Amino acid sequence: MAAAAGGDFVSRLPRIYGMYTGGFLAFLVVLALAEHFFNLSDKTIGYVFLAATIGLYALIGVMSRTASSDEYYVAGRRVPAVFNGMATASDWMSAASFIGMAGTLYVQGYDGLAFIMGWTGGYVLVALLIAPYLRKFGQYTIPDFLGARYGGNTIRLIGVVCAIVVSFVYLMAQLSGAGLIMSRFLGIEMMWGIIAALGGVLVCSMLGGMRAVTWTQVAQYIVLIIAYLIPVVWLSIKVTGNPLPQFAYGGVLEKIGELEQQFGVAAGHVVPFARTDMANFLALTFCLMVGTAGLPHVLMRFYTVPSVKEARTSVGWALLFIFLLYFTAPAYAVFAKYAVYTDVIGKGLDQLPQWVAYWGKIGVVAVCDAVDAATTIKGCTAAGNGDGIVQLKELWLHGDAIVLATPEIAGLPYVISGLVAAGGLAAALSTADGLLLTMSNALSHDFYTKVVNPNASVVQRLTIARVLLVVIAAIAAYATIHAPATILQLVGQAFSLAASAFFPALVLGVFWKRANKAGAIAGMLVGFLLAGYYIGGVGWNFNGLFGVSFFPDPAPNPANPGVDGRWFGINAISAGIFGMPAGLLTMIVVSLLTKDTSPDIKAMVENLRYPRLSKA
Amino acid sequence: MATGSEGGDARRAEYWRRTVTVTAVLLAIWFVVTYVVAFFAKPLNEFSFFGFPFAFYMGAQGSLVIYLGIIFYYARYMNRLDKEFGVAEED
Repeated sequence: MAAAAGGDFVSRLPRIYGMYTGGFLAFLVVLALAEHFFNLSDKTIGYVFLAATIGLYALIGVMSRTASSDEYYVAGRRVPAVFNGMATASDWMSAASFIGMAGTLYVQGYDGLAFIMGWTGGYVLVALLIAPYLRKFGQYTIPDFLGARYGGNTIRLIGVVCAIVVSFVYLMAQLSGAGLIMSRFLGIEMMWGIIAALGGVLVCSMLGGMRAVTWTQVAQYIVLIIAYLIPVVWLSIKVTGNPLPQFAYGGVLEKIGELEQQFGVAAGHVVPFARTDMANFLALTFCLMVGTAGLPHVLMRFYTVPSVKEARTSVGWALLFIFLLYFTAPAYAVFAKYAVYTDVIGKGLDQLPQWVAYWGKIGVVAVCDAVDAATTIKGCTAAGNGDGIVQLKELWLHGDAIVLATPEIAGLPYVISGLVAAGGLAAALSTADGLLLTMSNALSHDFYTKVVNPNASVVQRLTIARVLLVVIAAIAAYATIHAPATILQLVGQAFSLAASAFFPALVLGVFWKRANKAGAIAGMLVGFLLAGYYIGGVGWNFNGLFGVSFFPDPAPNPANPGVDGRWFGINAISAGIFGMPAGLLTMIVVSLLTKDTSPDIKAMVENLRYPRLSKA
Repeated sequence: MATGSEGGDARRAEYWRRTVTVTAVLLAIWFVVTYVVAFFAKPLNEFSFFGFPFAFYMGAQGSLVIYLGIIFYYARYMNRLDKEFGVAEED
């Protein structure tokens, strides 16, 4: 992958990744045969899979090492639309999408669809309002855009801080996801899992920056989509005879409806707003969408394509690749529910399929039939009736169990479980890669090069960037290992923060020439702080901290009965429904009250709106 | 400001007007597909579509397909508009 081989390399890409995919499938078959004939242990398969894939990503990183800043920051701006789409898809799909999404849908039915629509519909906003204009702007980072459009280092630094807060929270979730996968499949301590995973990420991004991250993310996408599809396709063939689970599950949904009636389930899988009320459903969908269009690590990818034209198409490819996973997730949930309803519920304790005991040991499934289950069995919240038969409410499933256990539910060899682990790891690492790079670039490029030392040489800049990568990674690893488990809630909340902080400044920056520096500073601060204030009070119960009752009261919970500090009953995860409009409005009002933008800025905005505007 | 003849300026304004129009129309479709359908999810679920309750289908697949359609349509429309108004990048 020599830099000199520019055009050549690009035209060889389909062949390179074609061979890679073929090689990966061959590896899978060889391992399956080895499992069958040599009785490989589960742990061996787990090690082979995770070591092989992490080693592969590191290798791509070494091959893509670079010393040029255009390569380091934006992969030389020659990533074709389709490949940038694939890289964006794996950058975007996190451990939570891969492992958790189907589980959320299993538990919440229709109400879980807020995540499906929110995390795909946001790309419409990216495509129409942001990506092409950002590409035309053509610098390196999101704070770059804010600094150039509104002028001055204040707005740039606000951008840096917001980008780091949002990305850091998100990175911790990826690391804990990666650590969890390693500890479940290898039986090692979570801490070592996190460190091993970070090692792979660092080799990759440190040597080659955006260039290495891009080509690794493409490779990771291929692993994760294969890993996601195989088990559910197999299960679909087994249950319906149709190899396309996405189309086959309508019929299964009907059967689930009948079983739900038999079991006396009050609100079935497809009934809307049974677990979340409508206002929260709509607000959540909105925040996830707008947040998507404000996440720096995703937007940054659109600097790497060669042209505005490719940027527009590239968003479409990104969504298509994301779509493949997201429209499969509801099918996963439905097939798993059907399997649970027919194979587990109503069965005697000695008739349960093997996977129940296996994943029970890992701690994601619990059978709570015993009369003392609530106190003796991990996961159980209520006592069972002790009749030796599993009733619906006596089965506890952690959301992660759906994707993890589906290979066994479908009767596939353990090799496929290893593949699923590798897929989940790919999803976590690819997102971690993009996030780490976003943070180190914000500090090295936007803070150091633009503010502290504008005369830094390329070598100095890139050295600083690489050192920062390691430092941030170390801090993130430390924070993740010591964070409480509830840290995962922060991921959803990060979307609300991103929506409130970035979306108004980015969109008005292009569509409203009158938007000025004072407006942008005020708008970003109001949006970000308001969302943070709401999340702090309602989500994290900060009120009364240090004896000050400044924050809103928390949402209703068993610890504080009768207390509800929510505004209009909106949950903390959807704080952006207040933050974003407040930021937008503040930005408009303050802009109108202060001095108009200079002719230079107006000319710059004009220039953003046209892919080419020099010959006029 | 880049210098341009009167006609050039009008053409430019026309390009931007059409960009904003197509953006607004597509966002309106996005809004209806997402929020209006979800708002009426309960009554809409009474209808069956490909064997799915309609609102469930829209949330799980239909809206996603429409999002994809919107983005690819926008890319095609804008790339043509660039050519028509002579603002396409040379490649």
